[in-house]
Amino acid sequence: MKKTVIRGLFFLVLLVVSLSSFGIQRFPKPEFESGYVQPGTVIPAARTTILSILDVVVLLTACAVISWLIIRKRSRNWVFLISLCSLVYFGFYREGCVCSIGSVQNVALALFDGLYILPWTILAFFLIPLLFTLLFGRIFCAGVCPFGALQDLVAFYPQKLGSRWNAVLGLIPYFYLGLTILYAATGSDFIICRYDPFVGIFRFNASFGMFLFAGILLISGMFIARPYCRFLCPYGVLLNWISRFSWRHMTITPANCIQCRLCEDSCPYEAIDKPVIRKDPVPVRIRIRKLLLSGLLIPLFVLAGGWIGSQLYQGLADVNPTVKLVRLLNDPSASQQQPEPFEITAFRSSGKPVSQLCSEASVILKKFYTGGWILGGFIGLVFGFAVAGRMITRYHPDYIPHKSTCFSCARCIDYCPVKS
Amino acid sequence: MVQSRREFLNTLIRGGILAGLGLLGGGMIFRWVRKGSCGYGGACEKCPKAVECTLPEARNYQQTVWQLDPSKCIQCGRCATNCILTPSAVKCVHVFAMCGYCDLCGGYFKPGTKTLSTAAESQLCPTNALKRRFVEDPFFEYTIDEKLCIGCGKCVKGCSAFGNGSLQLQVRHDRCVNCNQCSIARNCPAGAYSRVPATRPSLLKGSGNEGSSGKKGGPTT
Repeated sequence: MKKTVIRGLFFLVLLVVSLSSFGIQRFPKPEFESGYVQPGTVIPAARTTILSILDVVVLLTACAVISWLIIRKRSRNWVFLISLCSLVYFGFYREGCVCSIGSVQNVALALFDGLYILPWTILAFFLIPLLFTLLFGRIFCAGVCPFGALQDLVAFYPQKLGSRWNAVLGLIPYFYLGLTILYAATGSDFIICRYDPFVGIFRFNASFGMFLFAGILLISGMFIARPYCRFLCPYGVLLNWISRFSWRHMTITPANCIQCRLCEDSCPYEAIDKPVIRKDPVPVRIRIRKLLLSGLLIPLFVLAGGWIGSQLYQGLADVNPTVKLVRLLNDPSASQQQPEPFEITAFRSSGKPVSQLCSEASVILKKFYTGGWILGGFIGLVFGFAVAGRMITRYHPDYIPHKSTCFSCARCIDYCPVKS
Repeated sequence: MVQSRREFLNTLIRGGILAGLGLLGGGMIFRWVRKGSCGYGGACEKCPKAVECTLPEARNYQQTVWQLDPSKCIQCGRCATNCILTPSAVKCVHVFAMCGYCDLCGGYFKPGTKTLSTAAESQLCPTNALKRRFVEDPFFEYTIDEKLCIGCGKCVKGCSAFGNGSLQLQVRHDRCVNCNQCSIARNCPAGAYSRVPATRPSLLKGSGNEGSSGKKGGPTT
């Protein structure tokens, strides 16, 4: 036995000296005399394509059924039931992946990186809710999205925030969406998935931070209904835009509004517009002047936002692994660390020249500089539109759902005494 | 009149959005269908990623899963701690065809162990997931109890430093939930993680499944 050990050590030394050929077998495979049969290596198969097709079919069916329930059947109870089913399927069975919210990142990456192949299921998860929103409003939020369904369950004591707070907090999703696209397009990170609050609950398994975030959202969600959907969800921004132009949106009343005011406080999301009646109209000239003035502010906001974004580009780029590695290599305190960071060890063992890495990083930094301008400009634009939007008054005689922020949850329908 | 003008505008914008979504979907489908859909038109020599290209499979089947490339792995131990599952979906896998069946196994014993016994203090594996069984003199068989394995890679490090490298880390797809962004991939210092076709989910060394062992122009299965 000792001989084998010594022989083994000898071979080892020999091979460490001539380290050049990695992968060559140091110890040849033995020839067994006892009739030993070598076991095979088991490789478990990945999830089959049929199940992915099933996901898309379930999504389509859920969207179709919920549209019918909201637009035709007008029943909150049924909507609630379907949302529970979606929560079970997309949440607890599919464990939160793939989801439409995250698909934004894959689509952004596929648009900017020609080498990334977008799986067709993810494309379907991105497009189907948008198409249904174009037809019937945000029915996806009402009962298909597992995030919405989960938060809907805990919305016990919804409080009013007021239109100003709603407008201010409502800007966060735009910021989030902008950052998401910037990081996905540069191939740096998928931040929606990284800061996904509820996926840990669906999997009964997550880091402490994830559970903490989910806990904060769910507890605050008891008082502020659906905080993630209203003040964070980046996919909600797209749904919000598209829902404004939806073909057949849910209505509060099936026939004519009788101004009974029963639905006024029924919406936990403050998405019901109270009637605005033209009493003594402000002269058109003054209104136009106001609008022009705020319109002039928009380019200013865009430029200012773009400039700020471009100044922050280095900080933004810090998330990118290549940029981070270059920074680590240039950092004298990191190279003196004992043991040295794994990133540096891995980089050295890869045999890639530092100059190549640096040129790659500078290309990425340039992208972030341009991206910073675009991101900042986008935020400025959104901000400008939000300001200008407050100058516009839409006159309507009835209680109507605010198409862009209404989740079509159908709560208000139950409050309406008018029967069709 | 005003109402109808707004209606007309809404219809126009609705049509525009529909066209935009159609263009996006159509463009993506066109990209899958077109030969050399990678954006380099099949000119692999121009592509910076050619060495790790998995396009032909991905194009045909579209579904991808995460996998780590053992030839890039530096066994830092983050697979055990960064997976969103506990214990991790990454496990040690034994490619028996590469194993030397050594008595003094670099993956099994702690360096400097004097007695080659199965005592816990001489084992490298913190969870006793690596089992040692006598086959015939002087050979021993090493198998992995996946229920116990936490994917820390200690045995992998030992085996690739002192042995044939038959112990390798792999994402096990019966456990992996295939997150859109793998949390280990983000933290992997060696960039060993990539999306691979779901129909060919392993990247084991020495089993004819190498993904990126330096061959240009896509894999040959």
